[in-house]
Amino acid sequence: MDFELMLKVYPFFLEAAWLTILLSVLTAILGLTCGALGAAARLSRFRTLRFIGAAYVSVIRGTPALIQLFILYFGGPQIGIQLDAFEAGVIGLGVNAGAYMTETIRGAIITIDKGQGEAARTLGLSQWQAMYKVILPQSARLMIRPLGVNINALIKATALVAAISVVELTYTAQRYIGSTYKPFEMFLLAGILYMIIIYVAGRGIAWLDRKAQIT
Amino acid sequence: MTDTSDFVRIEHAQKSFGKLEVLKDISLTVERGQIVAIIGPSGSGKSTLLRAINDLDALTGGEIWLDGVQVNKTLPHRQYEKHINEMRQQIGMVFQHFNLFPHLTVRENVTMAPMLLKDLSKAEANKLAEEQLDHVGMLERIEYYPSQLSGGQKQRVAIARALAMKPKLMLFDEATSALDPELVDEVNQVMKKLAEDHMTMIIVTHEMDFAAAVCDRVLFMDQGVVVEEGPPEVVFKNPVKDRTREFLRKHIEGAK
Amino acid sequence: MGLDFSIVPKYMDVILLGCAWTIGITVAAALLSFFGGIVFAVIALYGPWLLRQPFRLFAWLFMGTPLLLQLFLIYFGLVQIGIDLPAFVAGIIGLGLHFAVYNSELIQTAILAVDKGQMEAARTLGLSRGEALRKVVIPQAVRAVLPPIGNNMIALLKDSALVSVIGVSELTLSAQRVIGKTYRPFEFYLLAAACYYVINLGMEWVQRRIERRISISR
Repeated sequence: MDFELMLKVYPFFLEAAWLTILLSVLTAILGLTCGALGAAARLSRFRTLRFIGAAYVSVIRGTPALIQLFILYFGGPQIGIQLDAFEAGVIGLGVNAGAYMTETIRGAIITIDKGQGEAARTLGLSQWQAMYKVILPQSARLMIRPLGVNINALIKATALVAAISVVELTYTAQRYIGSTYKPFEMFLLAGILYMIIIYVAGRGIAWLDRKAQIT
Repeated sequence: MTDTSDFVRIEHAQKSFGKLEVLKDISLTVERGQIVAIIGPSGSGKSTLLRAINDLDALTGGEIWLDGVQVNKTLPHRQYEKHINEMRQQIGMVFQHFNLFPHLTVRENVTMAPMLLKDLSKAEANKLAEEQLDHVGMLERIEYYPSQLSGGQKQRVAIARALAMKPKLMLFDEATSALDPELVDEVNQVMKKLAEDHMTMIIVTHEMDFAAAVCDRVLFMDQGVVVEEGPPEVVFKNPVKDRTREFLRKHIEGAK
Repeated sequence: MGLDFSIVPKYMDVILLGCAWTIGITVAAALLSFFGGIVFAVIALYGPWLLRQPFRLFAWLFMGTPLLLQLFLIYFGLVQIGIDLPAFVAGIIGLGLHFAVYNSELIQTAILAVDKGQMEAARTLGLSRGEALRKVVIPQAVRAVLPPIGNNMIALLKDSALVSVIGVSELTLSAQRVIGKTYRPFEFYLLAAACYYVINLGMEWVQRRIERRISISR
């Protein structure tokens, strides 16, 4: 194990880790947004919207994220979408994560007892009021943990943007493996940083979950 | 409709799921202040009829009227939503499984709808909630969460929650069926109190003794039709129809 | 530049060959991950301390880091220690190990769930601990977790696209090569996506059939 080399290159890894964190945060925000919209579409009373929601989930989850990223980044210009690699990465990964989150959010909503909605409607609440006053506060507690699983997967998925040359952690590791021929050391450096990011995110989610369960 | 003696009017109510007819042409009127019990075997359609009155289960045919206004009007979706929400504010409903909101305290369960729909201030809504909870004997549990209450207590809170909307009519869908036997009475006492206050009530129940003691009229339903109706003394003591007699005999045996 | 799908049929054979490679790699890696998962689960639960601890470190590393990073490690790491394997073998090993770790987690939980009574029953019949594990406990445990393992294998299909990055000529890399010649990324990546989608549907169909069969024999 070449510790000297690891000490020498770790600042570059640290810098790359910030980009991985930024990517993760932006992707999570976009993913949650897509997930909420997707779930709303899947639970809509309009057939067309339900179909669009179902198609979104099926197509995105049925094809590799890497290909989705390539279509957006390399194919985008052909249909007038010009994005730099970072933007394509955030949008591609965010839309991808959104499909998984759609199912998580939808699942948490439909497990709430039917009687809850009925009781709210019986009091005269509108569909929307019943949703945000009665159903969502209850399902929010249920979805924090599974959304945490989605976010954990999403952090690891940010590595894919290495394939479109975004200089995040995996790309940096790959580059240093190529120049130093020390694959294990470079893997360890990047791996430890990934695990720190995932650990911190996990603690944050656990904290949120605890807060939500108290009342 | 100006004739207010027909406070609740059900005309030719019909409901079917595909080929299965759950309600077959039921007509019925309830006067203001009357208390009507609906009894019958499970699957007779009695709950469906009750849930049709506030359109939780939409009818496939027929009309429901409350105090001169048709509940199940045909309107474009958006207008219908507005209309039905207004109607439901006038129709309180109590469920077998209470359906209290578990994420809200007892107080919040009662104040939510009045604050949201009647624009009451927080202070006004709190005062209202305290009154209603006092009425059902639950004032001292006002800061509890539903999970900290017994079934009977939950049901009393659910009744207070419905009453806080000042409904013209109360529907009870087997309000005591899910309760342990020793908790039934506290809920029955609250319902009796409501009866004394001349609340119009339609009660789907299995409890013949309670129905006999409190109700003005009893309806016996079976297989989607009203088989027999009349004052409790008649329906319980001297039923005319064989099916009624059969049901009551089985039911009384079952209770023993 | 606009879109032009008329060029697609000319390269269909390349894409279809890519599909075949993707299916082959997926099946091989899936088998490796399945049996690897069982072996890992047994090591994690019953292995000697000296085996168990390094394995736990390995599992922890593999669950906490991206698959792409692991593929780089395996591909270049093997070369580093003097084992020069074809890229596709490295890819199968990488995918297989990655998903074996995930499968092992599932199987461990399932083994613990069936273990007690069944193990005792088997031991009273005179089976050794190893035999009881092999013949009684593990078959039941694996059966119980087949649906989530099936989900992992469908995820594996999609993650198999990553081995294109270490130069395995499967579907994604085939599409890339065609694009290198035609400069038509949108059309051919879309075609590749469609191929993945169809294979994915096929796998889901197989999964449903297997699950139905197993639900009968349980």
